Amino acid sequence: MDKRYQALEAYMKEVNYDSSRLLNILHKAQQLFLWLPPDVLKFIAEKLNIPISRVAGVVSFYNFFSTKPVGRIQIKVCLGTACYVKGGDKVMERFLEELGLQEEGQVTEDGMFSVHAVRCVGACSMAPVVLIGENDFYGRMSPDKVPRLIKKYRQVAEKMKQEVGENA
Amino acid sequence: MKEIRVCAGGACIASGEAAVRDALLKALKEKGLEDKFKVVETGCMGMCSRGPFMVVDDVVYNKLNPKAVNEIVEEHLIHGNIVEKYLMELPSKERVKEAFKEHPFFSKQVKIVTRNLGQIDPGSIDDYLERGGYKALEKALKEMKPQDVIEEIKNSGLRGRGGAGFPIGLKWEFAAKQKDEAKYVVCNADEGDPGAFMDRAVLEGDPHSVIEGLAIAAYAIGAKKGFIYVRAEYPLAIERLTIAISQARNRGFLGKNILGTDFSFNIEIRIGAGAFVCGEETALMASVMGYRGQPWPKPPFPVEKGLWGHPTVINNVETLANIAWIINNGYKEFRKYGTEKSPGTKVFALAGKVKNTGLVEVPLGITLRELIFDIGGGIPNGKKLKAVQTGGPSGGVVPADKIDVPIDYESLTALGTIMGSGGVIVLDEDDCMVDVAKYFLEFTVHESCGKCTPCREGTRTMYEILDRITRGEGTMEDIDNLEELAQVIKESSLCGLGQTAPNPVLTTLRYFREEYEIHVKEKRCSAKKCRDLISYVIDPNACTGCTACKIACPTNAIEGELKKAHFIHQDNCIKCGSCMDVCRFNAIFKVSPPITDEETEKAVEFHLTSKNS
Repeated sequence: MDKRYQALEAYMKEVNYDSSRLLNILHKAQQLFLWLPPDVLKFIAEKLNIPISRVAGVVSFYNFFSTKPVGRIQIKVCLGTACYVKGGDKVMERFLEELGLQEEGQVTEDGMFSVHAVRCVGACSMAPVVLIGENDFYGRMSPDKVPRLIKKYRQVAEKMKQEVGENA
Repeated sequence: MKEIRVCAGGACIASGEAAVRDALLKALKEKGLEDKFKVVETGCMGMCSRGPFMVVDDVVYNKLNPKAVNEIVEEHLIHGNIVEKYLMELPSKERVKEAFKEHPFFSKQVKIVTRNLGQIDPGSIDDYLERGGYKALEKALKEMKPQDVIEEIKNSGLRGRGGAGFPIGLKWEFAAKQKDEAKYVVCNADEGDPGAFMDRAVLEGDPHSVIEGLAIAAYAIGAKKGFIYVRAEYPLAIERLTIAISQARNRGFLGKNILGTDFSFNIEIRIGAGAFVCGEETALMASVMGYRGQPWPKPPFPVEKGLWGHPTVINNVETLANIAWIINNGYKEFRKYGTEKSPGTKVFALAGKVKNTGLVEVPLGITLRELIFDIGGGIPNGKKLKAVQTGGPSGGVVPADKIDVPIDYESLTALGTIMGSGGVIVLDEDDCMVDVAKYFLEFTVHESCGKCTPCREGTRTMYEILDRITRGEGTMEDIDNLEELAQVIKESSLCGLGQTAPNPVLTTLRYFREEYEIHVKEKRCSAKKCRDLISYVIDPNACTGCTACKIACPTNAIEGELKKAHFIHQDNCIKCGSCMDVCRFNAIFKVSPPITDEETEKAVEFHLTSKNS
């Protein structure tokens, strides 16, 4: 069995297959799979002994869960009030343009990047802000800073590809 | 060993705190000072616009970078000289060690909720204990009966800091009176209002204060189990809470027979998943139980039938961070701050068009003017204040001429807005009020859970009308419909989200109706913000022909040769504003209503006359 399924099952066991922890379990699953494929939802439903409709209903309700593949490197552009007032929408447009994407949520052909609008990330004084990957935070963004950032992360992406290649 | 405190709040992390910390650690190692100085990363120090910060010998250095750190290590740490160029500007040099008390940004603040922020290492329970942590829990458990705790909180007059302002003591009393074996306390850490980041700062900078508050609440109502519901957008808060909970458990502040008493209590973290509506208490409970976060009708209220049908008290982060302080210092001390009906302090997140952005904790009852001009330092770039938005998507705008009103629950409600969670977004003359209202409605449309029709369909229709108006396609009837619809949604929605969603529209209509009418009648946006109603124009007299705008333009709408004045072709222009951003000569301006190429000359002429007058 896929190691990721084993890890997911281990986590569910750790929380006693408690279905009230469904959100935490889905977070774990998404961490392992990057998105939530139908088979994973089925797996969770079976292990927790709840209908798959409930799992799917929860997944579709919350913004954080994705039933579509997402880029390995996700670019999150904050469109909270302060960021919006300070031009976050223009930063967003520039990212899409530079990556050749039509709309947010799309994944680049190589599967490496996707751009997403997020609601306030709580750093309004640094508006507009962009979050790349899990931890890289860029404040006081402007559209003209976008190309340089993309260049930087293309290098990160290349490294990731090589690592994947090595493991395969 | 001396302590060097480095601010590791969200904003400082965003402005390069890691590089500053690494440079500091490296410099200390190189200079052989590792045994003399201990570097502590603290929570948010508050003045986010000037980060990264570090504090040594009570001297506050701001706007740091690795180079600055090396200078400070050399000069200050080794030679004992204060490096003036990295200080905040202060009234006098003699008072350099009082920056956190006497700088105008700090001098009006009263730190109750944020008492430990910037002072302690959030990862260390010992730091928290050293500053009197868990003393209040001990006092409550050993010296007070649950009813005494409730009385104390009731007397303090503390009201819910999450938005609605319900008296906390009363809420606890209702829950305490319920006869049920199982009861729950929940900390609402689903801070979702755009513009609010105080709960994040407290969770990240002083997690034990929230845990202590929750434990005291549990003791007061007789709960054995608590949940902290944190939004997934705050991974650092989740990490620090997780650490803090296990520390508290190891030291016997959580778990069985706490501090040797009969009281047992445990806390579990539940992580949200990006649904704004989950800040509403019934939706939050649905989510805690692992369901779609949809609200259910009240009554019954959560204090009667909450989680799994049992009495449940839900308090927000900031509310809980007040509790230990009140138990330690007594309600009379708490009531020294704030007003009769709104005692205590409130943490505000100051953002938008204001010089000093950041987190401030002030006594309730101070005015918006003090908050924005005295503490916030006023509006940058010589612009004029237009309005202040409070309470996020559930709140509204307060126009510039009403900012002398004291900030308390009732006064803000009378103005049509709400205190909300404390987000304060300052708007200047470049902000269009219709656009602001549209922005918030777009937020609500997106976040409406879909359960009840007024909110689901109504907010969408309101958004569509606003969108029409900002595109110059609105009618006067649209404005009337907007107002009527707003009233219906307010009165008939199931939960707080829908009931308050029309507030941004209602307040902008109330104070800036003329701006709506100008959009409709003259197809003009007076703030020159609405894209469909403006044009970008180059002033040929100011343009040096540097070609920067031409290069920046994504649609090749700009024509011009090097060293000759450039020209924007309106048909190609998508009004992205990139040209204006890169122009160093102030040669590009906006006009509204939009113009054709032929009208450019006239527009320039008009621009020059109005500039000169």
